[in-house]
Parts: sequence; C-alpha cells; structure tokens
Amino acid sequence: MSGLSVDISHRVGAFTLTAAFEAPGGVTALFGHSGAGKTTLVNAVAGLLRPDRGQIRLGDRVLCDSAARLCLPPHQRRIGYVFQEGRLFPHLSAAANLAYPARVTGRRPDAAATARVVEMLGIGPLLARRPGALSGGEKQRVAIGRALLSAPELLLMDEPLAALDPERKDEILPYLERLRDEAALPILYVSHVMEEVARLATSVVLLAEGQVVAAGLAEVLFADPDLAPRFGLRQAGALLSGQIIRHHPDGLSEIAVSGGQLFLPHVAADPGTRLRVRIEAQDVILARDRPQGLSALNILPAVVVAVKQGQGPGVIAQLKVGEDLILARLTARSALALDLVPGRHCHAIVKSVAVARGDVARF
Amino acid sequence: MGWLGPEEWQAVTLSLKVAFWATLLSLPVALAVAYLLSRFRFPGRDILNGLVHLPLVMPPVVTGYLLLASLGPQGVIGGWLEAHLGLVFAFRWTGAALAAAVMGFPLMVRAMRLSIEAVDQRLEDASATLGAAPWRVFATVTLPLSLPGVLTGAILAFAKAMGEFGATITFVSNIPGETRTLASAIYTFLQVPGGEAAVVALVGVSIVISMIALVGSEALARALSRRIGMA
Repeated sequence: MSGLSVDISHRVGAFTLTAAFEAPGGVTALFGHSGAGKTTLVNAVAGLLRPDRGQIRLGDRVLCDSAARLCLPPHQRRIGYVFQEGRLFPHLSAAANLAYPARVTGRRPDAAATARVVEMLGIGPLLARRPGALSGGEKQRVAIGRALLSAPELLLMDEPLAALDPERKDEILPYLERLRDEAALPILYVSHVMEEVARLATSVVLLAEGQVVAAGLAEVLFADPDLAPRFGLRQAGALLSGQIIRHHPDGLSEIAVSGGQLFLPHVAADPGTRLRVRIEAQDVILARDRPQGLSALNILPAVVVAVKQGQGPGVIAQLKVGEDLILARLTARSALALDLVPGRHCHAIVKSVAVARGDVARF
Repeated sequence: MGWLGPEEWQAVTLSLKVAFWATLLSLPVALAVAYLLSRFRFPGRDILNGLVHLPLVMPPVVTGYLLLASLGPQGVIGGWLEAHLGLVFAFRWTGAALAAAVMGFPLMVRAMRLSIEAVDQRLEDASATLGAAPWRVFATVTLPLSLPGVLTGAILAFAKAMGEFGATITFVSNIPGETRTLASAIYTFLQVPGGEAAVVALVGVSIVISMIALVGSEALARALSRRIGMA
C-alpha cells in the first residue's frame, strides 16, 4: 500500500479545514472552488504547514502525527511538489534546476532517470536556458521534471495549469497523461477546472468550505446528480469510457462505449486506443421515442435512474447508458412532459460537435 | 608615488589593511545576523536589531569609548582576552580593524537584510520539498539570490572602514605605523604647519578609493543581478 492517508484539522483565522481522505494511487484530484482549502491541505501534506491536529501517512511512513508530536520537515518527506507558478530557481539553468534535487541530497545525478524525464516532458532543447528565457508552459514542464527527479513517493500538483493560457494547457496535458500512465507514482492533483480533472483523475476528493463533501472514483462522483451543483451546473458532466473503433473519411471518429457507438470529431489517436469522454449534462437531449430525421448523430438508448430537482426551473436526470452513467440537464417542465421517472426507457441524444476536443482523453 | 610621502603612504596602506580585515571578518557575522533578523521571529529580536544599529546613531566617540572600556587593558573582556588568549586590541592596528568593523556593521547588516528579505520565500519552500535541508536551502537559494545585496553591504562597510575616525582614534589612538589610518593622518597633518600638501594628497586618495568602491559595487551588483536572471 503506497497511498496517502490524511486526517487533519487546521485553523487559519476564521477558516477551519477538516479533511479526512485516502489517495490510493493513480491521480487523485482535489477539487473545489477557490477558498475551499485545497492549497492549505496540500501544503500540510508537503510539510510546508504544520496542521493543528491529525495524522498524515504515506504508505507505511507517518509524516505527521500531532498526538505523537511528530512532524517531518519537507526535506525528509520525499514528496514532489509542482507549484502553480513553477518556482524554478532563476539563477540556475533548466539543466541545473533538474539536477538540483540530486545536488542538495548528495546523491549522484541519475543520468538514465534524467534522460527519461527529459524525453517524456520534451524539454531537451530547453536545458541550457535560464528560466527567464522559458515560456510559461516550458517552465512548468521543467518544474514537473525537477519534482520527478527528487525521487518522490508522491507527487503534489497545485493547479499546475492555472497560470497558463489555453494553448499552453493543451501543450502540457498530454504530458500529465503520460505521467499518470507511465510513472507508477500516486499524484494528488489540485484543480477547480472540471475538464482537467475529467481528463486526468482516477479518483476525486471534493472539498468545499474546508470540508470533504464527497470522495470516490471519478466516474461515480461525476455521474452523481446530487453533486452536480457542487461541480457547477454549467460544467457538470459524466464520464464515458470507450475505445476508438475506426476513423471515418468525413472526419469523424467512431468510438465504442458500453451503450453503443459515439461519433465524435476526429480524435488524434490510433484505433484501439482507450478513451474517456466527458459528456456535459447541458449537451444531452432526451427523447421518449427514437427520433427520426434528426441531425444529431449520437442517439443512445438509456434508462432513467434518478431525477434530481434543483432550486430553479431545471432538473438533473441520471441515466444508465449501457454500463455507464450519464447526466442530462433539462427543465422540470420537460421532465414532467416526458414522465421521466426511475426505470423509464428513453433515448439520450448528443450532438457530435458539442463534445469539445478537451473532453476526450486517453485513459 | 612621488606626491605621497612615506608617512602618508603608510597611512593609506594601513587603512587598506584595516578595512580589508574589518570587512572580511565581519562579513560572516553580519550575514548570520541579517538572516536571523529577516527570516525568524524570536524573543529579543528587537533588542538585537537595536544593538546592531546602535553604532549608526551613537556618536562614534561613544562607540570608541565603549570599546576601550570593555576591550581595553582594564576592560573586563579585554583583560580576559589578554590573560587567556594573549589577544590585545587596544592601541594596535587590530583594534582599529575592530572599531572599523563595529562602525560598518549596521551598514552591512542593513544591505544584506534587505536583499535577503527580497528573496522569494516560495523558492526556499520549493527547495525544501526537493530534499534540501535548511542550511542547503540557504547555501543554494537564499545566498546566491541575495548575493548582490551581500556584496553591496560588504563594499559599503569597506568604504566606511576606510574613513572611520571617531571610534578609531578614541579606542586605539593615533600611533604612526600602527593605528594612524587615513582619516587620523589627515587630522594629524591639519594640526601641523605646512601639512596642507599632505592633506590634499590624502583627501584625493580618499575620494578616489571611495569612488572606486561605490562605482565598483554598483557595477558588480548589476552584473550579478543579470547573472541570477533577475534584471
């Protein structure tokens, strides 16, 4: 068991953070709006902040235990930390930044590990440069490499993409996916952006006002209609796992999901590649009968599991599509007209072009 | 140098020697104090800060007197040092160096403290998460990033030591070849009829050394800032 286990409480002024959760392995996303206590929590895990009370364990090592008056300083924790702003050392070249962890721990630099990290992050051409001569995205890639080369047992990433413009984000995300899939390293990934979490996370810890509201597998949490308001109604959406079957000459890719086929705008990956597709609740239309003469390409048979009434005129319906769960956001009036009650058979309709490129990821 | 007589030349080299040792030996102490004051909160911090700055605001004669009273042959510390370590400061060039170090200390600490405070503590945090023990954080991040200020402080203290007069003459007197520094020599020649030529020469030397120190420190600080990627 190499996972992280946290059970702490900490007070900062009028704000109290009380959080207990496990991050078993893979990417655990710490999701919450600004001020939810995400950074406080991550800093406590890193050792940059000493929690008032509680325990933090990593695998079988106790990092912090207020009852035993034990709190390891950051340099003894073996936890890599990728900060929002990179925090490369401005007086050192990219190569020296990468060599820094070995230098300060008296280890010999591991040339093979360095070469692997440099290749994975595509930072070979940047090595001679100072951070001042790197773009935001390049800095962040070097910062990720530097954290990896500290031979960590856990990687913390605090909104590593937040300071980047959309193109730079798209530049980094594939590297993060590779990191998740290639480095057998648990990652605690802090974010308040659904898209990033949907692409990367295996599990999600939902934090609000300093409390853990929900924790579990990403597919389960994102398909929970009760949690949709927490994620934000406009960005709520469930995850479908699928596999590319073939690419069609008209630019569409056909993806097999458990409930049928999806036609999506071209996905740049080979047939056979496993994908995760995020379907936003507000992009799903429901119909009782299979519609004819409709422009939307994706019509999947579905069964209503639950309907959750919100405060406004809208409802969120949870539907079973094959083995997966998806969410649909519609008005209470439509739900009534369609008589959407649990067990009702219907059809879920998704426009191909409504699924953005960022909603489709290798998984 | 024809226009500097042997006595004047002696004063200049003595001053350079005194200032060099005063700067070199107070540098590590000033660095430690500056780091302590800028990075830690502890009881007595304000008192330490006050003590460090005292020589800057007290009349130099008072500083010199206090040095004489404590480190002179009759002083508690001075007596002990002479009895146990054979170390004598009073009326020796080493005493002049000590007086110069004490007088330059606040300037040095101030410049160093400002530049240490300007170092982004988030970089120090990053360094710690990468496995650096606190002293390594200081050696590999804090010190290199505050180096321009550290050097500026050292050069300011050097310039101050070159020109120190009040505390020096009070503590170690004005002995030719031993404690007659540049400033003491100018003062002495002013008292002697016909000493004006020597005074002018020494004043010129003093101005030139001060200018070299100031211009040099500016250029050095700029070059270092560029090197650490902050300019």
